[in-house]
Amino acid sequence: MQSQNSIIDWEAMSLRFVFTALTAIAVVFLIGPSLIVILTSLTASQSLKFPPDGLSLRWYVALLNADQMQQAAWTSLVVAFWAAVLSAVLGTAAALAISRSNSTAGRAFDMLFMSPLLLPALAFGFAALVFIYQLGLRPSIPFLVLGHVVVCVPFVLRTTLAALTQLDPALLDASASLGASRWMTFRRVILPLIGRGVGAGSFLAFMASFDNVPVSLFLADERTEVLPIHLWQQIETNLDVRTAAASGLIVILTLLLMLLAERFAGLTRQMR
Amino acid sequence: MQSGDLKLVLPLAALFAVFFIAPLCVLVVMSLSTDAEMHRLTVAHYVKFFTDAFNYSILWNTIVLGVKATLLCLLFGYPIAWVCSRAKSRWQAVLLFLVILPIMTSVVVRTFSWIVILGRQGVLNQIAMGLGLTSEPLRLLFTEFGVVIVLAQVQMPLMVLPILTVMSKTDPNLADASRALGAGEWRTLWKVTLPLSLPGVIAGCILTYSASVTAFVTQTLIGGARLVYMPLHIYQQAIGANNWPFAAAISIIFMFAVLIVVYLLNLLTQVTPAAAKS
Repeated sequence: MQSQNSIIDWEAMSLRFVFTALTAIAVVFLIGPSLIVILTSLTASQSLKFPPDGLSLRWYVALLNADQMQQAAWTSLVVAFWAAVLSAVLGTAAALAISRSNSTAGRAFDMLFMSPLLLPALAFGFAALVFIYQLGLRPSIPFLVLGHVVVCVPFVLRTTLAALTQLDPALLDASASLGASRWMTFRRVILPLIGRGVGAGSFLAFMASFDNVPVSLFLADERTEVLPIHLWQQIETNLDVRTAAASGLIVILTLLLMLLAERFAGLTRQMR
Repeated sequence: MQSGDLKLVLPLAALFAVFFIAPLCVLVVMSLSTDAEMHRLTVAHYVKFFTDAFNYSILWNTIVLGVKATLLCLLFGYPIAWVCSRAKSRWQAVLLFLVILPIMTSVVVRTFSWIVILGRQGVLNQIAMGLGLTSEPLRLLFTEFGVVIVLAQVQMPLMVLPILTVMSKTDPNLADASRALGAGEWRTLWKVTLPLSLPGVIAGCILTYSASVTAFVTQTLIGGARLVYMPLHIYQQAIGANNWPFAAAISIIFMFAVLIVVYLLNLLTQVTPAAAKS
């Protein structure tokens, strides 16, 4: 008995050791690249080297004169803003309807709206381009926004539906029986309770739009160039340290936005 | 009440009808057309794809790439979820935050940082040469190995989150019971924890796979111009060669290839309750 016990203990240790070691490796693997990009961007020299030769902020200062990059960043922010707003409004409305219906129609809509997550977004981007040309139109910012809404709305739908399952239907009945209109019930009862879910989903939609390449590749042109495509082309053609500085800036801003989203919408809890 | 509620779905349904379903239908017609003006119907583009070994190999390589990246994600993602589900809530939040951080960071930026790491004078080569493991810089960029590594990092959160969701809903008493009945930790993992978390594993695999095969930015920047996968193939045919009907045909084939794998993985979910019982 004694010996068996010691074997089990050793076994328990070995499993915990293997899994903790794999997790530790994975964490380095997940975080390392972001740290390296920030350190590389602080180099004082002309070349991308790690570790950098001396530290300086000169490449961040150089970003102030990168007009094309700034223009692309602005376009990306505008598109991501509208894509997130539209995704939030349309996605929340759809989630309310889907959560209340037990019918096959509800499930079918849910599947349809989630399918952009699984289908190759690049194929959808190309399809949208072909479609716009067949209508006799040309790609433009509004089309770009609508294309982004299609691929970003699943994030809002998922977090909002998850929040709605926690909602006690008795609260809605109580509100209605006290004479509140449906709009009033939505604003005063439902929205405060699912607000964090909607907020987390909208944040994810904003980030997904800001980062989107497959759809923008077809629906954006030189005039409406977005930041990820601009950076992608920079990296493909002439790798310079300004790209590293822009990347470092994006990493830092993302971290700040995530901390805010964690603070106000409980991001990590909403994503599970 | 019911019909009134379903009305709220209509705005999004209208957007999807006009800007998702209609474009996909046009894409199907385009793939069956002789030219970009869609004058006559033909299946020539599909025949061309499946009779040309070059096209065929691109599709195959893309599927294999997705499978390799998914398996690597699983190897690390499962332990992360396991450790996370057993951690105290404060550590759980920290770990989860670290896992989600990369997926929030722009994919171009994440891929760019890997160029700094994998390049000829990159971080990995400096470490390997510093330790005397190799005298020549290793070729890591522009290889399939490099693409798989980077895809695994980029898509890891998609694997961890669904597994964690299922694990934290599972009754921890089941694993305790298994141990109390004398099964060792590894046996408990294999016979109890793993079967119970299988729906999460499958959901994670579906998300990771479908994201990996379409990861245009990572594939083009790390794979370079010589390693062609389906997304780049579509882009080159559509924009470079301006051959819209053929680009449409390979888009349709690609979508089916992704959906077939997703469907097969989904079938596994329906088998799991039986598998868990036996």
